[in-house]
Amino acid sequence: MILLYDFAMIAQKMGLISVLFALTLGVAAYATYGERKIAAFFQDRLGPSNAGPWGLLQPVADGIKMFTKEDFIPNQSEKWLYILAPGAFIFVALMTSAVIPWGTTLTLFGLNMDLQVTNVNIGILYIMGFVSLGVYGIMLGGWASNNKYSLYGAIRASSQMISYELAMGLSLIAVIMLSGSLSLRTIVDQQAGFHWNVFYQPLGFIIFLTCALAECNRAPFDMAECETELIGGYHTEYSSMKLGFFLFAEYINMFISCTVISCLYFGGYHFPGLNPDWLGGLMGPMILLGKAFFFIFVFMWIRWTLPRFRYDQLMHLGWKALIPLSIVNMLLTGAGALLFGK
Amino acid sequence: MQSLSNRSKQVVHKEMTFMERIYLPAIIKGMATTLRHFFKKSNTLSYPKEKKAFAPVYRGWHVLKRDEQGRENCTACGLCAVACPAEAITMEAAERNKGEEGLYREEKYAAVYEINMLRCIFCGLCEEACPKEAIFLTDRIVPSDYVRQNFIFGKDMLVEGITPDTRIDVTVRQKHIQEKN
Repeated sequence: MILLYDFAMIAQKMGLISVLFALTLGVAAYATYGERKIAAFFQDRLGPSNAGPWGLLQPVADGIKMFTKEDFIPNQSEKWLYILAPGAFIFVALMTSAVIPWGTTLTLFGLNMDLQVTNVNIGILYIMGFVSLGVYGIMLGGWASNNKYSLYGAIRASSQMISYELAMGLSLIAVIMLSGSLSLRTIVDQQAGFHWNVFYQPLGFIIFLTCALAECNRAPFDMAECETELIGGYHTEYSSMKLGFFLFAEYINMFISCTVISCLYFGGYHFPGLNPDWLGGLMGPMILLGKAFFFIFVFMWIRWTLPRFRYDQLMHLGWKALIPLSIVNMLLTGAGALLFGK
Repeated sequence: MQSLSNRSKQVVHKEMTFMERIYLPAIIKGMATTLRHFFKKSNTLSYPKEKKAFAPVYRGWHVLKRDEQGRENCTACGLCAVACPAEAITMEAAERNKGEEGLYREEKYAAVYEINMLRCIFCGLCEEACPKEAIFLTDRIVPSDYVRQNFIFGKDMLVEGITPDTRIDVTVRQKHIQEKN
């Protein structure tokens, strides 16, 4: 009997993981389309419009292109690390979605399904851990290519990610101080109604958003691949689907960080006036995805508005502005929690 | 020095104020600007599918007209060559022989008529100078080529055809010239 229960449990989780996997890849694929379309609209252009209606098949065409291009491995590269790097990068990117609570419970054919792959009580710590592992993919790729531009890009990316993780973690601590829990589910459920963390943590939110942009290597912090200086940065030497993996993983990272932002500061699957249990529990994921898509749009909006930071300005902003600010934010939150009881 | 346009600004290297140093107001301002463009109509034409109409005053590839009976209007008077500021037009005149009345309208005609399309500046002075309404600039684009020699257009490239479908319509241009003269 216990065995049967376990089997049902495993099947359920496998199903959820597969759906999540497909969803993440699908969102990442269409984020590339969205990026190009949105960039075009911001610049008074049309964007991709030839592949399918409104260019909707463009990601498919891009995928076919990526798969059929020549897979080139430079002679001077560390061959195995060179092959490993894109895999490591996309693996880490895909792993982070495991602790995100997509909704309450899904009722399907009379079965109740928890809409979270695993409700570990250190969810946010898990995400931070995997995000910092992401730097390995970049570093390995840049180093194994044996190309100075790739190496520069990788070094820049890793130093940038390490610097901004500090401020990100410090701004997170303020949220955790309010919620008293590291579990994403608890953090989200505490924001039910309209008690979104962003109203209590406006400064923390701005710091977190900035750091999330830097962690995703997105403009204005796309130091790692600034074309004008470093050709392609850490993926200069990559081609075919290995390059595709790198580009794809960046969009996955963006999607995941947008969901995390929604969970931490914007109430996750809660929205005033809407019950996440509606539609057999599907309302929750829809709300969360809606918020995540909005933030993806904001990320792209920022990318097509702001010019790239210079490297020293980036370090200046990270170390001399964001980290002190987040410490101040932490102290203020502590004082506030002590005085007002939340 | 005195500014003529009133657009020049004095450059100052003053310290940034606090509001400028936190960047956020400037960023929000910039994002508002891009958002305005997001909802603007795109100027792009999907070129091969959509084509923009030429301006009625467009001046392109010349045509040497024939009259209603298919006879060449040009009498090789040379006024166009004289009017041409770019020295692009040359011609050789010849006398019409017996039996050629169906080909040429008057006794004299251009045996050779050449326009160097690389010299031509498409000013349209030739059509203004022409007393016989023989030469017009049309809305056709001069085709590109790799060889300079091929840009010297002879009568084969300039004279319109006799059959109705090879005729080239210049009524708009004709009206424009008449109004000008």
